[in-house]
Amino acid sequence: MRETLGLTGPKKGCDLGQCGACTVLVDGRRITSCLTFALMHGGREVTTIEGLGGDPEGDLHPVQQAFVDHDAFQCGFCTPGQIMSAVALLAEGHAGDDDEIREWMSGNLCRCAAYPNIVAAITAAAGR
Amino acid sequence: MEFLRPATWEEALAVKAQHPSAVPIAGGTDVMVDLNFDRHRPDALLDLNRIHELHTWQIADDDTVRLGASVPYSKIIDALPDRLPGLALGARTVGSPQIRNRGSVGGNLGGASPAGDAHPPLLASGATVEAASVRGTRLIPIDDFYLGVKRNALEPDELIRAIHIPSATGPQQFAKVGTRNAMVIAVCSFAVALHPRARDVRTGIGSAAPTPRRASEAEAFIRAELDDTGLWTSAGELPLSTAKRFGELVARAAAPIDDVRGSAAYRRHALAVMARRTLLWTWNDHRATGRAAA
Ligand SMILES: Cc1cc2nc3c(=O)[nH]c(=O)nc-3n(C[C@H](O)[C@H](O)[C@H](O)COP(=O)(O)OP(=O)(O)OC[C@H]3O[C@@H](n4cnc5c(N)ncnc54)[C@H](O)[C@@H]3O)c2cc1C
Ligand code: FES
Ligand code: FES
Repeated sequence: MRETLGLTGPKKGCDLGQCGACTVLVDGRRITSCLTFALMHGGREVTTIEGLGGDPEGDLHPVQQAFVDHDAFQCGFCTPGQIMSAVALLAEGHAGDDDEIREWMSGNLCRCAAYPNIVAAITAAAGR
Repeated sequence: MEFLRPATWEEALAVKAQHPSAVPIAGGTDVMVDLNFDRHRPDALLDLNRIHELHTWQIADDDTVRLGASVPYSKIIDALPDRLPGLALGARTVGSPQIRNRGSVGGNLGGASPAGDAHPPLLASGATVEAASVRGTRLIPIDDFYLGVKRNALEPDELIRAIHIPSATGPQQFAKVGTRNAMVIAVCSFAVALHPRARDVRTGIGSAAPTPRRASEAEAFIRAELDDTGLWTSAGELPLSTAKRFGELVARAAAPIDDVRGSAAYRRHALAVMARRTLLWTWNDHRATGRAAA
Protein backbone atom coordinates (compact mmCIF):
# COMPACT_ATOMS: atom_id res chain seq x y z
CA MET A 1 0.00 0.00 0.00
CA ARG A 2 2.66 2.50 1.02
CA GLU A 3 5.30 1.72 -1.57
CA THR A 4 3.34 0.52 -4.59
CA LEU A 5 0.08 2.47 -4.29
CA GLY A 6 1.59 5.50 -2.55
CA LEU A 7 -1.02 5.32 0.21
CA THR A 8 1.13 6.48 3.09
CA GLY A 9 -1.74 7.01 5.53
CA PRO A 10 -1.35 3.57 7.11
CA LYS A 11 1.91 3.79 9.09
CA LYS A 12 4.52 1.18 9.78
CA GLY A 13 4.95 1.34 13.53
CA CYS A 14 5.88 -1.97 15.08
CA ASP A 15 5.34 -4.49 12.25
CA LEU A 16 4.15 -6.82 15.04
CA GLY A 17 0.42 -6.21 15.19
CA GLN A 18 0.75 -4.42 18.51
CA CYS A 19 0.58 -0.68 17.84
CA GLY A 20 -2.34 -0.38 15.40
CA ALA A 21 -0.73 2.45 13.37
CA CYS A 22 -1.27 0.38 10.21
CA THR A 23 -5.00 -0.27 10.83
CA VAL A 24 -7.21 -0.47 7.72
CA LEU A 25 -10.73 -1.77 7.13
CA VAL A 26 -11.30 -4.91 5.07
CA ASP A 27 -14.97 -5.20 4.14
CA GLY A 28 -15.61 -2.80 7.02
CA ARG A 29 -13.70 -4.81 9.65
CA ARG A 30 -10.54 -3.38 11.22
CA ILE A 31 -7.31 -5.32 10.88
CA THR A 32 -3.61 -4.53 11.19
CA SER A 33 -2.30 -4.35 7.65
CA CYS A 34 1.27 -5.21 8.72
CA LEU A 35 0.12 -8.79 9.37
CA THR A 36 -1.45 -9.46 6.01
CA PHE A 37 -0.61 -9.66 2.32
CA ALA A 38 -2.95 -7.84 -0.08
CA LEU A 39 -3.02 -11.08 -2.04
CA MET A 40 -4.90 -12.73 0.83
CA HIS A 41 -7.85 -10.35 0.32
CA GLY A 42 -8.70 -10.70 -3.35
CA GLY A 43 -12.20 -9.42 -4.12
CA ARG A 44 -12.54 -7.61 -0.79
CA GLU A 45 -12.84 -3.86 -0.23
CA VAL A 46 -9.89 -2.30 1.60
CA THR A 47 -10.38 1.18 3.08
CA THR A 48 -7.43 3.28 4.22
CA ILE A 49 -7.59 6.72 5.83
CA GLU A 50 -7.20 8.20 2.33
CA GLY A 51 -10.56 6.80 1.23
CA LEU A 52 -12.47 7.41 4.41
CA GLY A 53 -13.97 10.80 3.58
CA GLY A 54 -14.90 9.78 0.04
CA ASP A 55 -14.00 12.77 -2.12
CA PRO A 56 -10.41 13.82 -1.26
CA GLU A 57 -11.33 17.46 -2.00
CA GLY A 58 -14.56 17.24 0.00
CA ASP A 59 -15.39 17.34 3.71
CA LEU A 60 -13.63 15.27 6.30
CA HIS A 61 -15.25 12.11 7.62
CA PRO A 62 -17.10 12.94 10.90
CA VAL A 63 -14.54 10.96 12.94
CA GLN A 64 -11.67 12.85 11.27
CA GLN A 65 -13.44 16.12 12.06
CA ALA A 66 -13.97 15.02 15.67
CA PHE A 67 -10.24 14.28 16.04
CA VAL A 68 -9.45 17.80 14.75
CA ASP A 69 -12.07 19.42 16.97
CA HIS A 70 -10.83 17.63 20.09
CA ASP A 71 -7.12 17.95 19.38
CA ALA A 72 -6.86 14.15 19.58
CA PHE A 73 -3.20 13.93 18.51
CA GLN A 74 0.18 15.48 18.97
CA CYS A 75 2.74 14.15 16.45
CA GLY A 76 -0.03 12.49 14.41
CA PHE A 77 1.84 9.28 13.61
CA CYS A 78 -0.74 7.00 15.24
CA THR A 79 -3.70 9.07 14.06
CA PRO A 80 -4.66 7.36 10.78
CA GLY A 81 -4.75 4.03 12.63
CA GLN A 82 -6.65 5.54 15.57
CA ILE A 83 -9.27 7.01 13.24
CA MET A 84 -9.73 3.79 11.23
CA SER A 85 -10.07 1.85 14.46
CA ALA A 86 -12.52 4.42 15.86
CA VAL A 87 -14.69 4.22 12.73
CA ALA A 88 -14.90 0.44 13.14
CA LEU A 89 -15.52 0.76 16.90
CA LEU A 90 -18.52 3.02 16.22
CA ALA A 91 -19.89 0.61 13.61
CA GLU A 92 -19.49 -2.27 16.08
CA GLY A 93 -21.47 -0.33 18.71
CA HIS A 94 -18.70 -0.20 21.31
CA ALA A 95 -18.90 3.48 22.27
CA GLY A 96 -21.27 3.04 25.22
CA ASP A 97 -19.07 4.81 27.77
CA ASP A 98 -15.46 5.91 28.23
CA ASP A 99 -14.34 2.57 29.66
CA GLU A 100 -15.84 0.68 26.75
CA ILE A 101 -14.15 3.03 24.28
CA ARG A 102 -10.79 2.58 26.03
CA GLU A 103 -11.11 -1.19 26.01
CA TRP A 104 -12.11 -1.38 22.35
CA MET A 105 -9.34 1.05 21.33
CA SER A 106 -6.77 -1.13 23.08
CA GLY A 107 -5.24 -2.18 19.76
CA ASN A 108 -4.04 1.38 19.05
CA LEU A 109 -1.13 2.85 20.96
CA CYS A 110 -0.26 6.55 21.10
CA ARG A 111 3.26 7.34 22.22
CA CYS A 112 2.27 11.00 22.66
CA ALA A 113 -0.43 9.76 25.05
CA ALA A 114 -3.25 11.75 23.48
CA TYR A 115 -5.61 9.16 24.93
CA PRO A 116 -7.97 11.50 26.87
CA ASN A 117 -8.62 13.57 23.75
CA ILE A 118 -8.97 10.47 21.56
CA VAL A 119 -11.68 9.20 23.91
CA ALA A 120 -13.33 12.64 23.85
CA ALA A 121 -13.27 12.72 20.04
CA ILE A 122 -14.83 9.26 19.75
CA THR A 123 -17.45 10.16 22.35
CA ALA A 124 -18.38 13.23 20.31
CA ALA A 125 -18.46 11.27 17.06
CA ALA A 126 -20.80 8.80 18.75
CA GLY A 127 -23.16 11.72 19.39
CA ARG A 128 -22.94 11.55 23.18
CA MET B 1 9.17 -17.68 -1.47
CA GLU B 2 6.28 -19.30 -3.28
CA PHE B 3 2.74 -18.16 -2.44
CA LEU B 4 0.29 -20.99 -3.03
CA ARG B 5 -3.37 -20.00 -3.23
CA PRO B 6 -5.68 -23.00 -3.48
CA ALA B 7 -9.30 -22.08 -4.26
CA THR B 8 -10.88 -25.14 -2.69
CA TRP B 9 -10.31 -27.40 0.31
CA GLU B 10 -9.54 -30.40 -1.91
CA GLU B 11 -6.96 -28.35 -3.76
CA ALA B 12 -5.44 -27.20 -0.46
CA LEU B 13 -4.99 -30.80 0.68
CA ALA B 14 -3.43 -31.74 -2.67
CA VAL B 15 -1.04 -28.78 -2.48
CA LYS B 16 -0.08 -29.65 1.12
CA ALA B 17 0.62 -33.24 0.04
CA GLN B 18 2.90 -31.99 -2.75
CA HIS B 19 4.59 -29.35 -0.55
CA PRO B 20 4.60 -30.72 2.99
CA SER B 21 7.00 -27.96 4.08
CA ALA B 22 4.63 -25.18 2.92
CA VAL B 23 3.49 -23.13 5.93
CA PRO B 24 -0.29 -22.64 6.06
CA ILE B 25 -1.42 -19.06 6.64
CA ALA B 26 -4.94 -18.33 7.95
CA GLY B 27 -5.32 -15.06 9.90
CA GLY B 28 -1.57 -14.61 9.66
CA THR B 29 -1.26 -13.10 13.14
CA ASP B 30 1.47 -15.58 14.09
CA VAL B 31 2.96 -16.38 10.68
CA MET B 32 3.40 -12.75 9.57
CA VAL B 33 5.25 -11.73 12.73
CA ASP B 34 7.84 -14.42 12.01
CA LEU B 35 8.09 -13.29 8.38
CA ASN B 36 8.34 -9.57 9.18
CA PHE B 37 11.20 -10.23 11.59
CA ASP B 38 12.90 -12.81 9.40
CA ARG B 39 12.69 -15.40 12.14
CA HIS B 40 11.55 -17.98 9.68
CA ARG B 41 11.41 -17.77 5.91
CA PRO B 42 9.63 -20.84 4.55
CA ASP B 43 10.10 -21.78 0.89
CA ALA B 44 6.33 -21.68 0.43
CA LEU B 45 3.24 -20.22 2.10
CA LEU B 46 -0.10 -21.96 1.72
CA ASP B 47 -2.82 -19.30 1.85
CA LEU B 48 -6.09 -20.67 3.25
CA ASN B 49 -8.03 -17.42 2.87
CA ARG B 50 -9.88 -18.36 -0.30
CA ILE B 51 -11.41 -21.46 1.26
CA HIS B 52 -14.83 -20.31 2.31
CA GLU B 53 -15.88 -23.28 4.44
CA LEU B 54 -13.01 -22.72 6.88
CA HIS B 55 -14.82 -19.52 7.92
CA THR B 56 -18.13 -21.24 8.67
CA TRP B 57 -19.51 -23.44 11.44
CA GLN B 58 -22.25 -26.02 11.73
CA ILE B 59 -24.21 -27.42 14.67
CA ALA B 60 -24.57 -31.21 14.64
CA ASP B 61 -27.66 -33.08 15.88
CA ASP B 62 -25.93 -33.81 19.18
CA ASP B 63 -25.29 -30.06 19.62
CA THR B 64 -21.58 -30.29 18.87
CA VAL B 65 -20.25 -27.19 17.14
CA ARG B 66 -18.05 -27.93 14.14
CA LEU B 67 -16.04 -24.73 14.09
CA GLY B 68 -14.19 -24.00 10.83
CA ALA B 69 -10.45 -23.65 11.46
CA SER B 70 -10.27 -20.02 10.25
CA VAL B 71 -13.34 -18.56 12.02
CA PRO B 72 -11.91 -15.44 13.68
CA TYR B 73 -12.21 -14.88 17.43
CA SER B 74 -14.52 -11.89 16.94
CA LYS B 75 -17.11 -14.17 15.26
CA ILE B 76 -16.90 -16.67 18.12
CA ILE B 77 -17.47 -13.85 20.63
CA ASP B 78 -20.44 -12.44 18.69
CA ALA B 79 -22.14 -15.60 17.44
CA LEU B 80 -21.29 -18.46 19.79
CA PRO B 81 -21.06 -17.15 23.38
CA ASP B 82 -23.99 -19.29 24.55
CA ARG B 83 -22.83 -22.56 23.05
CA LEU B 84 -19.12 -22.01 23.67
CA PRO B 85 -18.94 -19.68 26.69
CA GLY B 86 -15.46 -20.77 27.81
CA LEU B 87 -13.93 -20.36 24.37
CA ALA B 88 -15.71 -17.03 23.88
CA LEU B 89 -14.30 -15.76 27.20
CA GLY B 90 -10.81 -16.86 26.18
CA ALA B 91 -11.26 -15.28 22.75
CA ARG B 92 -12.19 -11.94 24.35
CA THR B 93 -8.75 -11.76 25.95
CA VAL B 94 -6.81 -12.34 22.71
CA GLY B 95 -4.70 -9.39 21.55
CA SER B 96 -6.86 -6.50 20.41
CA PRO B 97 -9.99 -6.02 18.28
CA GLN B 98 -7.81 -5.97 15.14
CA ILE B 99 -6.08 -9.24 16.08
CA ARG B 100 -9.41 -10.88 17.02
CA ASN B 101 -10.80 -10.00 13.57
CA ARG B 102 -8.09 -12.17 11.98
CA GLY B 103 -6.75 -14.67 14.53
CA SER B 104 -8.39 -18.09 14.60
CA VAL B 105 -8.59 -21.24 16.70
CA GLY B 106 -7.08 -23.22 13.82
CA GLY B 107 -4.09 -20.88 13.91
CA ASN B 108 -3.82 -21.16 17.70
CA LEU B 109 -3.77 -24.96 17.36
CA GLY B 110 -1.36 -24.85 14.41
CA GLY B 111 1.09 -22.79 16.47
CA ALA B 112 0.44 -24.87 19.63
CA SER B 113 2.05 -22.25 21.88
CA PRO B 114 1.60 -23.22 25.54
CA ALA B 115 0.28 -19.65 26.05
CA GLY B 116 -2.46 -19.83 23.39
CA ASP B 117 -5.75 -18.71 24.91
CA ALA B 118 -7.96 -21.14 23.01
CA HIS B 119 -6.26 -24.19 24.49
CA PRO B 120 -7.53 -24.21 28.11
CA PRO B 121 -11.21 -23.85 27.09
CA LEU B 122 -10.81 -26.53 24.40
CA LEU B 123 -9.35 -28.90 27.00
CA ALA B 124 -12.12 -28.10 29.47
CA SER B 125 -14.82 -28.64 26.82
CA GLY B 126 -13.42 -31.94 25.58
CA ALA B 127 -12.92 -30.75 21.99
CA THR B 128 -11.73 -32.83 19.04
CA VAL B 129 -9.52 -31.63 16.20
CA GLU B 130 -10.60 -32.62 12.69
CA ALA B 131 -7.38 -33.08 10.72
CA ALA B 132 -7.45 -33.90 7.01
CA SER B 133 -5.05 -34.87 4.25
CA VAL B 134 -5.36 -36.49 0.84
CA ARG B 135 -5.13 -39.76 2.79
CA GLY B 136 -8.37 -39.04 4.65
CA THR B 137 -9.73 -37.43 7.81
CA ARG B 138 -8.92 -38.19 11.43
CA LEU B 139 -10.41 -36.90 14.65
CA ILE B 140 -7.75 -36.13 17.25
CA PRO B 141 -8.96 -35.79 20.86
CA ILE B 142 -7.65 -32.50 22.25
CA ASP B 143 -5.93 -34.42 25.07
CA ASP B 144 -3.68 -36.06 22.43
CA PHE B 145 -3.11 -32.96 20.29
CA TYR B 146 -0.36 -31.06 22.14
CA LEU B 147 2.97 -32.90 21.98
CA GLY B 148 5.52 -30.34 23.19
CA VAL B 149 6.39 -26.64 23.12
CA LYS B 150 4.88 -25.45 19.81
CA ARG B 151 4.54 -29.05 18.61
CA ASN B 152 1.26 -30.70 17.77
CA ALA B 153 0.00 -34.05 16.48
CA LEU B 154 -0.48 -32.96 12.85
CA GLU B 155 1.38 -34.90 10.15
CA PRO B 156 3.31 -32.82 7.58
CA ASP B 157 0.63 -33.37 4.93
CA GLU B 158 -2.29 -32.58 7.24
CA LEU B 159 -4.37 -29.44 7.68
CA ILE B 160 -6.92 -28.62 10.35
CA ARG B 161 -10.37 -28.51 8.79
CA ALA B 162 -12.39 -27.81 11.94
CA ILE B 163 -12.59 -28.13 15.69
CA HIS B 164 -15.51 -30.09 17.15
CA ILE B 165 -16.62 -28.60 20.47
CA PRO B 166 -19.60 -29.90 22.46
CA SER B 167 -22.08 -27.11 23.27
CA ALA B 168 -21.92 -26.20 26.95
CA THR B 169 -24.35 -28.04 29.21
CA GLY B 170 -23.26 -26.03 32.25
CA PRO B 171 -21.34 -22.91 33.23
CA GLN B 172 -17.78 -22.39 31.96
CA GLN B 173 -15.11 -19.92 32.98
CA PHE B 174 -11.73 -18.69 31.78
CA ALA B 175 -9.18 -16.63 33.69
CA LYS B 176 -5.86 -15.23 32.54
CA VAL B 177 -3.09 -13.36 34.31
CA GLY B 178 -1.17 -10.72 32.38
CA THR B 179 0.54 -7.43 32.95
CA ARG B 180 -2.43 -5.48 31.65
CA ASN B 181 -5.94 -5.99 30.39
CA ALA B 182 -5.38 -6.06 26.64
CA MET B 183 -2.73 -7.12 24.16
CA VAL B 184 -0.99 -9.43 26.55
CA ILE B 185 0.34 -12.94 26.31
CA ALA B 186 -0.75 -15.03 29.27
CA VAL B 187 1.57 -15.37 32.26
CA CYS B 188 -0.70 -18.28 33.02
CA SER B 189 -4.34 -19.09 32.38
CA PHE B 190 -7.02 -21.49 33.49
CA ALA B 191 -10.36 -22.77 32.21
CA VAL B 192 -13.01 -24.83 33.94
CA ALA B 193 -16.22 -26.33 32.59
CA LEU B 194 -19.03 -27.98 34.55
CA HIS B 195 -20.77 -30.81 32.74
CA PRO B 196 -23.84 -31.37 34.95
CA ARG B 197 -25.40 -34.05 32.72
CA ALA B 198 -22.26 -36.17 32.88
CA ARG B 199 -21.65 -35.02 36.47
CA ASP B 200 -18.18 -34.09 35.36
CA VAL B 201 -15.81 -31.16 35.79
CA ARG B 202 -13.01 -30.56 33.27
CA THR B 203 -10.11 -28.15 33.34
CA GLY B 204 -7.41 -26.65 31.16
CA ILE B 205 -4.14 -25.00 32.23
CA GLY B 206 -2.30 -22.56 29.94
CA SER B 207 1.21 -21.18 29.94
CA ALA B 208 2.37 -23.18 32.95
CA ALA B 209 3.84 -26.33 31.38
CA PRO B 210 5.51 -27.27 28.06
CA THR B 211 2.01 -27.84 26.65
CA PRO B 212 -1.50 -26.83 27.62
CA ARG B 213 -2.75 -29.60 29.89
CA ARG B 214 -5.59 -30.73 32.13
CA ALA B 215 -5.39 -30.92 35.90
CA SER B 216 -6.48 -34.55 36.14
CA GLU B 217 -6.00 -35.01 39.86
CA ALA B 218 -7.98 -31.85 40.60
CA GLU B 219 -10.75 -33.07 38.30
CA ALA B 220 -10.88 -36.47 40.01
CA PHE B 221 -10.95 -34.78 43.42
CA ILE B 222 -13.85 -32.45 42.64
CA ARG B 223 -15.78 -35.16 40.81
CA ALA B 224 -15.58 -37.45 43.87
CA GLU B 225 -16.29 -34.60 46.25
CA LEU B 226 -19.45 -33.50 44.38
CA ASP B 227 -20.65 -37.13 44.18
CA ASP B 228 -19.90 -38.05 47.80
CA THR B 229 -21.58 -34.98 49.24
CA GLY B 230 -24.60 -35.25 46.92
CA LEU B 231 -24.03 -31.68 45.74
CA TRP B 232 -25.04 -32.33 42.11
CA THR B 233 -28.48 -33.35 43.39
CA SER B 234 -28.88 -30.87 46.23
CA ALA B 235 -27.25 -27.98 44.32
CA GLY B 236 -26.01 -26.85 47.71
CA GLU B 237 -23.23 -24.44 48.49
CA LEU B 238 -19.71 -25.54 47.62
CA PRO B 239 -17.52 -25.33 50.74
CA LEU B 240 -14.63 -22.87 50.41
CA SER B 241 -12.26 -25.55 51.72
CA THR B 242 -13.20 -27.77 48.76
CA ALA B 243 -12.58 -24.97 46.28
CA LYS B 244 -9.24 -24.24 47.96
CA ARG B 245 -8.16 -27.86 47.77
CA PHE B 246 -9.18 -27.91 44.09
CA GLY B 247 -7.00 -24.83 43.54
CA GLU B 248 -4.01 -26.48 45.23
CA LEU B 249 -4.37 -29.57 43.08
CA VAL B 250 -4.58 -27.46 39.91
CA ALA B 251 -1.37 -25.68 40.91
CA ARG B 252 0.26 -29.07 41.50
CA ALA B 253 -0.68 -30.21 38.00
CA ALA B 254 1.35 -27.40 36.44
CA ALA B 255 5.04 -27.63 35.57
CA PRO B 256 5.87 -23.96 35.15
CA ILE B 257 9.24 -22.34 34.50
CA ASP B 258 10.79 -19.03 35.52
CA ASP B 259 10.85 -16.67 32.54
CA VAL B 260 10.57 -12.98 31.68
CA ARG B 261 6.84 -13.04 32.21
CA GLY B 262 6.82 -14.55 35.68
CA SER B 263 8.38 -17.01 38.08
CA ALA B 264 7.32 -20.61 38.45
CA ALA B 265 6.28 -19.95 42.05
CA TYR B 266 4.12 -16.99 41.01
CA ARG B 267 2.46 -19.05 38.27
CA ARG B 268 1.61 -21.83 40.73
CA HIS B 269 0.17 -19.35 43.18
CA ALA B 270 -1.86 -17.56 40.51
CA LEU B 271 -3.22 -20.85 39.18
CA ALA B 272 -4.43 -21.88 42.63
CA VAL B 273 -6.24 -18.56 43.02
CA MET B 274 -7.77 -18.63 39.51
CA ALA B 275 -8.89 -22.24 39.91
CA ARG B 276 -10.49 -21.61 43.29
CA ARG B 277 -12.34 -18.52 42.06
CA THR B 278 -13.50 -19.88 38.72
CA LEU B 279 -14.75 -23.09 40.32
CA LEU B 280 -16.82 -21.09 42.81
CA TRP B 281 -18.15 -18.81 40.05
CA THR B 282 -19.22 -21.71 37.87
CA TRP B 283 -20.72 -23.61 40.79
CA ASN B 284 -22.68 -20.57 41.94
CA ASP B 285 -23.90 -20.01 38.36
CA HIS B 286 -24.94 -23.63 38.21
CA ARG B 287 -26.90 -23.31 41.45
CA ALA B 288 -28.58 -20.11 40.24
CA THR B 289 -29.65 -21.60 36.88
CA GLY B 290 -30.81 -24.79 38.66
CA ARG B 291 -33.02 -22.72 40.95
CA ALA B 292 -34.33 -20.68 38.04
CA ALA B 293 -35.25 -23.86 36.15
CA ALA B 294 -36.87 -25.52 39.19
C1 LIG C 1 -0.36 -8.36 18.68
C2 LIG C 1 -0.70 -9.81 18.88
C3 LIG C 1 -1.33 -10.20 20.05
C4 LIG C 1 -1.64 -11.54 20.25
N1 LIG C 1 -2.28 -11.87 21.42
C5 LIG C 1 -2.60 -13.17 21.64
C6 LIG C 1 -3.30 -13.54 22.83
O1 LIG C 1 -3.63 -12.70 23.67
N2 LIG C 1 -3.62 -14.85 22.99
C7 LIG C 1 -3.30 -15.80 22.07
O2 LIG C 1 -3.61 -16.97 22.27
N3 LIG C 1 -2.63 -15.48 20.94
C8 LIG C 1 -2.29 -14.19 20.70
N4 LIG C 1 -1.61 -13.85 19.56
C9 LIG C 1 -1.20 -14.92 18.64
C10 LIG C 1 -2.19 -15.22 17.51
O3 LIG C 1 -3.06 -14.14 17.28
C11 LIG C 1 -3.02 -16.46 17.81
O4 LIG C 1 -2.18 -17.57 18.03
C12 LIG C 1 -4.02 -16.79 16.70
O5 LIG C 1 -4.91 -17.77 17.17
C13 LIG C 1 -3.36 -17.28 15.43
O6 LIG C 1 -4.37 -17.48 14.46
P1 LIG C 1 -4.14 -17.10 12.92
O7 LIG C 1 -5.33 -17.55 12.17
O8 LIG C 1 -3.75 -15.69 12.79
O9 LIG C 1 -2.87 -18.05 12.62
P2 LIG C 1 -1.74 -17.97 11.51
O10 LIG C 1 -0.70 -16.97 11.88
O11 LIG C 1 -2.33 -17.90 10.15
O12 LIG C 1 -1.13 -19.44 11.72
C14 LIG C 1 -0.57 -19.83 12.98
C15 LIG C 1 0.01 -21.23 12.86
O13 LIG C 1 -0.99 -22.19 12.59
C16 LIG C 1 -0.78 -22.82 11.33
N5 LIG C 1 -2.12 -22.98 10.72
C17 LIG C 1 -3.04 -22.01 10.50
N6 LIG C 1 -4.18 -22.56 10.00
C18 LIG C 1 -3.96 -23.90 9.93
C19 LIG C 1 -4.76 -25.02 9.49
N7 LIG C 1 -6.03 -24.86 9.05
N8 LIG C 1 -4.21 -26.25 9.55
C20 LIG C 1 -2.94 -26.43 9.99
N9 LIG C 1 -2.15 -25.43 10.43
C21 LIG C 1 -2.65 -24.17 10.40
C22 LIG C 1 0.17 -21.91 10.59
O14 LIG C 1 0.95 -22.59 9.65
C23 LIG C 1 1.02 -21.38 11.73
O15 LIG C 1 1.98 -22.31 12.12
C24 LIG C 1 -1.29 -12.52 19.30
C25 LIG C 1 -0.67 -12.12 18.13
C26 LIG C 1 -0.37 -10.77 17.89
C27 LIG C 1 0.29 -10.37 16.62
S1 FES D 1 2.63 -1.60 12.36
FE1 FES D 1 0.95 -2.90 12.27
S2 FES D 1 0.31 -2.97 14.31
FE2 FES D 1 2.13 -1.82 14.47
S1 FES E 1 -0.14 11.49 18.35
FE1 FES E 1 1.93 10.90 18.46
S2 FES E 1 1.77 8.76 18.66
FE2 FES E 1 -0.27 9.39 18.87
